[in-house]
Amino acid sequence: MAKINDIFGKDLTVVNVGLAGMAKSVSDQGVKVVDLDWTPPKDGIPRLRATRSGVSMDAANQEVVSRIKRGQAVLVGMGIAREVIPGMHDHMILHAGPPIEWSRMCGPTRGAVMGALIYEGLALDEKEAAALVEAGAIEFSPCHHHHAVGPMAGVVSPSMPVFILENKTFGNRAYCTQNEGLGKVLRYGGMGPEVYARLKWMETDLYPALDRALQTLPNGIDIKSLIAQAMHMGDECHNRNRAATSLFLRAIGPALARTNKDNEVLARIIEFIDRNDHFFLNLSMPAGKAMLEAAEGVEGSTIVTVMARNGTDFGIRLASMPERWFTAPAGKVQGLYFPQFTEKDANPDIGDSTVTETAGYGGMAMAAAPAITQFVGGTPQMATQNTLEMYEITFGEHENFTIPALNFRGTPLGIDVRMVMETGILPQINTGIAHKDPGVGMVGAGILRAPEKCFSDAFEALGKV
Amino acid sequence: MTMTVKTLIKPSEYHDSVSLMLTARELSKLDGVRDAAVVMATEANKSILAEAGLLTDEVKSATPNDLVIAVSSESESFADAALQKVEGLLKKKTTSGEAGVFQSKTIRGALASHPSANVAVISVAGRYATDEAWDALAHGLHVLLFSDNVSLEDEIALKKYSRDHGLLLMGPGAGTTILNNVALGFANALPAGPVGIVSAAGTGLQEVSTLLARRGVGITQGIGTGGRDLKKEVGGIMMLEAIKALQDDPTTAVLTLISKPPADEVVQLILEQASASDKPTVICFLGGNMDSVSKIPNVIPARTLYECALLTAHGVQSLPTLVAKSGDFAVQTFLDAENASLKEQANELRKKLNPSQRYLRGLFSGGTLCYEAQVIWKDILDNPVYSNAPLLNESALPDSTKSYQHTAVDLGEEEFTVGRPHPMIDNDLRIRRLLQEARDPETAVIMLDVVIGYGAHPDPASELGNTVEEAIRLGRSQKRDLIFVASVTGTEDDPQSLSRTTSTLERAGVIVCNSNSAAARLSGLIVSGKGG
Repeated sequence: MAKINDIFGKDLTVVNVGLAGMAKSVSDQGVKVVDLDWTPPKDGIPRLRATRSGVSMDAANQEVVSRIKRGQAVLVGMGIAREVIPGMHDHMILHAGPPIEWSRMCGPTRGAVMGALIYEGLALDEKEAAALVEAGAIEFSPCHHHHAVGPMAGVVSPSMPVFILENKTFGNRAYCTQNEGLGKVLRYGGMGPEVYARLKWMETDLYPALDRALQTLPNGIDIKSLIAQAMHMGDECHNRNRAATSLFLRAIGPALARTNKDNEVLARIIEFIDRNDHFFLNLSMPAGKAMLEAAEGVEGSTIVTVMARNGTDFGIRLASMPERWFTAPAGKVQGLYFPQFTEKDANPDIGDSTVTETAGYGGMAMAAAPAITQFVGGTPQMATQNTLEMYEITFGEHENFTIPALNFRGTPLGIDVRMVMETGILPQINTGIAHKDPGVGMVGAGILRAPEKCFSDAFEALGKV
Repeated sequence: MTMTVKTLIKPSEYHDSVSLMLTARELSKLDGVRDAAVVMATEANKSILAEAGLLTDEVKSATPNDLVIAVSSESESFADAALQKVEGLLKKKTTSGEAGVFQSKTIRGALASHPSANVAVISVAGRYATDEAWDALAHGLHVLLFSDNVSLEDEIALKKYSRDHGLLLMGPGAGTTILNNVALGFANALPAGPVGIVSAAGTGLQEVSTLLARRGVGITQGIGTGGRDLKKEVGGIMMLEAIKALQDDPTTAVLTLISKPPADEVVQLILEQASASDKPTVICFLGGNMDSVSKIPNVIPARTLYECALLTAHGVQSLPTLVAKSGDFAVQTFLDAENASLKEQANELRKKLNPSQRYLRGLFSGGTLCYEAQVIWKDILDNPVYSNAPLLNESALPDSTKSYQHTAVDLGEEEFTVGRPHPMIDNDLRIRRLLQEARDPETAVIMLDVVIGYGAHPDPASELGNTVEEAIRLGRSQKRDLIFVASVTGTEDDPQSLSRTTSTLERAGVIVCNSNSAAARLSGLIVSGKGG
């Protein structure tokens, strides 16, 4: 057992909590001092340590973080949404974020829904599509209710091909569509012939080619490993996927070449992936989903396993309450805009891509991606500060995802609702910005913080279990 | 003259109380500003603002997380100018301090990036301090809990946990600790040596450890337990644990224990633990009954801090063949000689006083030093000494802001420190009080304790010295000679330097004694006329 005497004769390192003068007089003696930037907690924030039935929250969180870390997300194949996604049917459309009815859907989501119905051949034009929805012919459901995730509007319709990720440690699967690229695209609410033509090509050319190639790879492609490697190449795998996309091409390249007879088709596929730095996003997201879902259902945990937005609401769910959404209005993104667009054109925060932050990368790992700050008008120092700040609200650190600039420290992992409330620090999110009207598409990119209300409501609920 | 009061509320903005004080002081120096306050809008602060006439409706509705800036001024334009300045003053503080270096907000966060951390020093407001202390203990850190206003139940729970986990929980209200020769809080530059000190009295620890240092005797550890540790309810948990640790520590040869008189049952526990080892143990229960103490072979009783230091030094120098209590005689002889010369000095000084000058005024920054002085005066003075921190309740000072007959004021008491820095850091309060005493025709002697070292004001002697000169001039203009007596608690190696501090005070006309005890004795002898 530890004894008081153990400290005698040891070098001291002092953590100073409070008056700066106290820190100074110790450091004046040549002793190492870690001076906290202490601020008082908000009034009425108690320290939660155990549930009413006596379950230790720390122990529960330890289990959750351990499960997330042990997850192995592997791309094992592809399939058509209606055939592979549990609960999917011919008149169902999945969307990003917490549940939402048509009347409250934001512009980009409405655009994506109408576009998807036209792509599916269920409607000829927007008017028809809207009428179909209003007649109650379409069932909406969040991706997260079907082990799936979708970037931005996150719309998945029955005919869309999806990647199938398997968590090899726990056996659960996660699903996500293929990424269309930037600009006027369905997931940003873009509509029009070029949007549908691209989606069709992805269904009839891209998907079969990728699928054929994957079938020749018995072990699939280890996406978790690609994320870890990309993080050493300047990606955080949410808003920057450039290195990861290249790594993916390297991983699938030989199999693609071997299983394709037509070199021109192959060249178009390689070009498509190469020209879309975000191709990998639709792999990094379901990888996160596959790893997080395995941690759900741990009693007493205060860790967030879902953070998602539908463009109207922001919602979170906890490992200990995986069925319950805590929602708040989606926030405004601070960002840089493409020419001709301004803040006034922006839709509130949208998409399931916050699964990356939830799983310990994305905004959590900004220090790994100094170039990302070009998106948001900051400096590389700011990126480092952001990651360091995130350690304050995460329960653990990832052992597999490490940050070179922080001496290969693991990324902040496991957003703890208690720590968010105690410190007042809200999770950092990196994201794209959609135009608020249906049919326009992407207009910029930026950063923001998750809304406090989700966390304060979840905290209150935790105080009652 | 009409006064304009203007206030500004900055919602959810937090700064520590010292930087707020400094900002308020800058503000009040501005043209046309009569008074200024920069405080968090807690209920306590609101009542202070109300008293100062600075409470506006806007402030009444502010929450404890809001920052309030209040200015009273001769005109609206001066007030506006001051409020505009405050932004800059506060911002200056935040940008210069943090130049791009990330600072963790939580102990857990700090430990993640500095896993070698082993001690936490906590000085946040009392209502938050307990949670921080729990966090620190849960992460295996020893804790110096500087904060006041921690409940007795919390203190007991924290100390029990610490005891069961082999950790130190020093406090609450522990201003001084020296751990592995590092001064934490208010403490001095001390040599390493064989004495291990445990003290429930912060300035008592400073006084004894510096008196030892001046005699070339160093310490292994100086552990502050907080003033309530020896109360019946707490039961001396931390003092007992610290004694055990020092008894087991091979580098500690002599133990020194310092406290105001503990509860009787706690005295028994301490004596039992002290007798569990052969190590000579000097015990000073300041002003307490030492009869039970003297019955134990390896325990040496001391009546004052000064005696405590002398007996400890003697004990060390007689090692290893020390026979318990052999020091008594030598130390007593030395003290008798010193007292004789103090009497002579008092006799000479007394001649300067005119008949109206009858009273002693002690203005202390250290609580234990105020207490020690009263213990000494009890034996010398025929009339009671009134105090805001009295030995006995019947001599409580009715109004702490006004002296009455012989008075000893502890300016570090909470009534004076709410919303302002401690008098060891900031001399303003004592300067004002000193001039107030000087204007009183009944004042004969003003006694001061000047505590230097880490954490203390960078040059208290200059500020106090200037005031003493002003006070002496003020007295002379009314045909009175005021006598100033002081002692310096500190060492030569302290940032302010013992000799430099002493000579600055002496140049100003202060008689500087070699200890707080000697200063108290001399002051008492001057006013009592018992010099012979």
